[in-house]
Amino acid sequence: MDAIRQTGAEAVHPGYGFLSENAAFVEMLEDETVAFIGPSARAITGMGDKLESKRLATAAGVNTIPGFDGIVKDADHCVEISRSIGYPVMIKASAGGGGKGMRIARNDNDAREGFKLSSQEALSSFGDSRMLVEKFIDNPRHIEIQVLGDKQGNVIYLNERECSIQRRNQKVIEEAPSMFLDEKTRQTMGEQAVSLCKKLGYHSAGTVEFLVDENRNFYFLEMNTRLQVEHPITECITGVDLVQQMIRIAKGHELRIKQEDVKINGWAIESRVYAEDPYKNFGLPSIGRLYKYIEPTHLPGVRCDSGIEEGSEISVYYDPMICKLVCYGKDRREAIERSIRALDSYVIRGVTNNIPLLRDILTEERFNKGEISTNYLPRVYPEGFKGLKLSEDDKHKLLAMASAIFAANALRSRNFLNAPKHQIHGSRLDRWKLYVELGEEKTKLSILQTNGQFMVTVNDKVYNIEKEDINLAKPLLEVRVNDEVNVIQLFSRNASGEYQIIYHGTNYKLYILSQRSADYLHLMPEKLKVDVSKQIKSPMPGLVKTVNCEVGDVVAEGQELCVIEAMKMQNSMVATTTGTIKSININPGDTISDEDVLIELA
Amino acid sequence: MSACICNNVRSICARSSKRYGWRNATRYYTSTAAHTLKVAERIKQTRSQALLGGGQKRIDTQHKKGKLTARERITLFCDVESFVEYDMFMEHTCTDFGMEKQKFPGDSVITGHGLVNGRPVYVFSQDFTVFGGSLSSVHAKKICKIMDQAILVGAPIVGLNDSGGARIQEGVASLAGYADIFQRNVLASGVVPQISLIMGPCAGGAVYSPAITDFTFMVEDTSYLFYYRPRRSKAAEVSATIRTISVTNEDVSQQELGGAKTHTSISGVAHNSFNNDVDALLQLRNFMGFLPSQISFLLLSENAAIRGKHNLDVPALDTVIPPSTTTPYDMLDVVLSIVDERDFFEIMPKYGKNMIIGFGRMNGRTVGIVGNQPKVAAGCLDINASVKAARFVRFCDAFNIPIITLVDVPGFLPGVTQEHSGIIRHGAKLLYAYAEATVPKLTVITRKGYGGAYDVMSSKHLRGDINYAWPSAEVAVMGAKGAVTILYRGKPDMDEREAEYIDKFGSPFPAAQRGFIDDIIEPRTTRWRLCRDLDLLETKKLNNPPRKHGNIPL
Repeated sequence: MDAIRQTGAEAVHPGYGFLSENAAFVEMLEDETVAFIGPSARAITGMGDKLESKRLATAAGVNTIPGFDGIVKDADHCVEISRSIGYPVMIKASAGGGGKGMRIARNDNDAREGFKLSSQEALSSFGDSRMLVEKFIDNPRHIEIQVLGDKQGNVIYLNERECSIQRRNQKVIEEAPSMFLDEKTRQTMGEQAVSLCKKLGYHSAGTVEFLVDENRNFYFLEMNTRLQVEHPITECITGVDLVQQMIRIAKGHELRIKQEDVKINGWAIESRVYAEDPYKNFGLPSIGRLYKYIEPTHLPGVRCDSGIEEGSEISVYYDPMICKLVCYGKDRREAIERSIRALDSYVIRGVTNNIPLLRDILTEERFNKGEISTNYLPRVYPEGFKGLKLSEDDKHKLLAMASAIFAANALRSRNFLNAPKHQIHGSRLDRWKLYVELGEEKTKLSILQTNGQFMVTVNDKVYNIEKEDINLAKPLLEVRVNDEVNVIQLFSRNASGEYQIIYHGTNYKLYILSQRSADYLHLMPEKLKVDVSKQIKSPMPGLVKTVNCEVGDVVAEGQELCVIEAMKMQNSMVATTTGTIKSININPGDTISDEDVLIELA
Repeated sequence: MSACICNNVRSICARSSKRYGWRNATRYYTSTAAHTLKVAERIKQTRSQALLGGGQKRIDTQHKKGKLTARERITLFCDVESFVEYDMFMEHTCTDFGMEKQKFPGDSVITGHGLVNGRPVYVFSQDFTVFGGSLSSVHAKKICKIMDQAILVGAPIVGLNDSGGARIQEGVASLAGYADIFQRNVLASGVVPQISLIMGPCAGGAVYSPAITDFTFMVEDTSYLFYYRPRRSKAAEVSATIRTISVTNEDVSQQELGGAKTHTSISGVAHNSFNNDVDALLQLRNFMGFLPSQISFLLLSENAAIRGKHNLDVPALDTVIPPSTTTPYDMLDVVLSIVDERDFFEIMPKYGKNMIIGFGRMNGRTVGIVGNQPKVAAGCLDINASVKAARFVRFCDAFNIPIITLVDVPGFLPGVTQEHSGIIRHGAKLLYAYAEATVPKLTVITRKGYGGAYDVMSSKHLRGDINYAWPSAEVAVMGAKGAVTILYRGKPDMDEREAEYIDKFGSPFPAAQRGFIDDIIEPRTTRWRLCRDLDLLETKKLNNPPRKHGNIPL
């Protein structure tokens, strides 16, 4: 409010942050006669309450998840209710939680059996055997309808966005339109959304979220009374500037766009680039300073919405989102391809990010076929995201390009401006035999320098790499390998032979030596490894919330030792082995970094 | 390399048999021919014997210790087939203790010259497989020969040390050998770069050669440096690694007394350490690329095509300095953002960590970088940091390497320990080094420049060529709080007066108004400005008054 008074602002656009759905804030603005670019306080309150919003939706004729509002009497009653709802149904304990006392029933037998087992389980777990039944939505998709209403009561829908790819209820990749909706479903969903808005007297932009099952039945979830993070993809395919419309509406102008004007042109995909380590639980926050940051906006059909720039600090105190990468194409194929190219060309240095995961999803078969649901991530990556497995050919290409970088560096090391050519002695360098380690894999390969090219032979296959494409100073390289462009990023290299190269979105660690150096590697002593099972290390930067042990305590494997918090998330750190606490290096309230040793066991 | 030598031998033999073999020879000819063949055979045999050093068994032992042999090290260090060996046939001259029966061609060191990325370098590599690499008078002569030639030619001298110490059987002759080397180390100092890589033991008098060379690197776990070798003793029998220093009766392990960790972090004797032999030799090759062969500039050529565009802003520099003046930050962030390709070879990264020193390139040109590190002890100057930087500044000056100084210094470290240990004379070393240096000196004050430490850190007053200040800079005699306490002792309104002082001195203005700072610059423009200034200053000419030599407070 101070900022408003100081600047003398006439209107406030709340963005999509914490002020955007705060009815009290809207009321304060109304008191100061400053326009709020958004819906009325009444609409915000109405949709803010789950029960109330469901009641309003039902009243407006919107499909809601069918269920039985009372207590199930016995197994027969359960079957009866289930039939009336329609299978599959979810039988769950009224007092339940954490998956206990929950059963999915797909037929009468399941329902009878499920009721019996679940109620027994509920009784033993919660001391309460009361059961509820509601429709179970198998592999639901999260599809939402964008609406726009003016103060004159006109409401239109601007088609849907599919936001099924989620992790921990946070959206990761969104697209518009949805591959799944047919014209009829789209229209029905849109009309229901419009009807809800009309019932509410809603004005400004809003989003009605639905769960959609495999048979295209859809059910109201909630309504977001604000601009959504993913609104740009709707703008891309409809050509409507939502923020401009919101401002016009706030001013009291009538909508100029009619429902029949809203079309679907092309396809848009938004990938949310987060400062997160995707290899830990699909994304644990990471922090750092962006010492190099280049958005791929030089590519066609790419839009980057971000609040950061080179030099920005990503800290534990704010949302870890770096950027909304929106890519637009004439069809889904093109939108996906452009997204992939954009992710490959995105230069982010100084903070771990989730590009490896985003890129992997975009190339994954089920995603490409459109077989997605809110369970997509755990289904496709049951063991968690382990990083991209390169195909043999891609792996060889990576090795070839890395070797070319090694050779280019070797050549450059011999060139000195002020040392005359004749002062540089020795035979001309034009061939190398190299040894490359990539993960566990050890490869021997050879390079030949020819006219303007490096000819790399890996496992009898030859890769010709254009010499002029290898530049050791550029963060982003477009390297022609056998006349085909490959985008790579040279992340780091050192004189010991350690190279890090980002290829297909993933950061690969390579160890490159000349063969004659590698011949001696087997003689080098193994470095002593520290027994890490006795150390509890921080998986991410954050704040120490609580410490639940003391020096000298005997703890069991799996016992919680401390809790750390980062970016609104709490993480319980457990003992990795049974033992005695040797030292505690933290106190509640401490700020800790990634890989800090928190607690040591003896 | 070895293949090449064998080929030569073979060709000599082939030629001689061709020349003499077909003749219907007289006895005279036969005997001469036989003699020639015999000599050729002996040359061949001696060479192959020399290539084996102390023999296969000792080579295997060397390998088991995780160490490469002296020859293998040279092979890795020099460009392929570039090594030219001297004195392969020299043998020790000792006749006592039955030594006359044990001779190895070449004795316990391999010497010669080779190429590192095409540039000549003189190398000696001590051979632990021959008498434990111990130093005989011949060993010393071999080393002296290449050192003399290196000075004549103007090429760096690299020593790969792996020696048990003096050849006790030779007694004083061995000691004389050490002194001969020391003398040449000193004569070569400032003429050609001298680098020591400790790859095994280096004990007793031997340690003073590395100590005089410009840079000493060590291999972790397998090398150690100490003057007094601790011996096995009864008291130390409890553990296999614990030994006793007989004079002081202290129990200590060899690694603890003189290992890489000790010398890189506690004593400051070594400038850095590396994982193992292979890693160390690769790193050393890389390091040589930063050094001039003699007193001349070094420029990497492909700066336009391969190196980064030097005329671009670096936005990341704008956010390095935290908004609050007491919050620490990492000066390495600044260093890495101004040098080419974030390629920085840090010297002594684990010792005197409140000071950063090392080599980088600016638009291809080697520069020495000296920077206070606010992350450690607020970046203050203490004894270790002063001495560390002083020696580095003198090296850069000796070899015409421009010096870039990044200043954020709250002053010298106070305290009884520092005063009693002589912060005055040690701090004076850095002052002396900067004041004496005639190479291009560029200075950037990123934040604090307080007190005498401001003067020391390449200030305008010590002939700094270009002195910049970032907007966050504050040059003052001391921090506002301290200043106000002295100025207004016992007066009320201290907060108000402190604010007044901050207002007056908490900015780059006072220094800029007096011309002590040439310009106040946006951090993002630092890199290209420094590159431009280095181009300009390439033709700088400055000479100190003629004299025998100055008298640096040692």
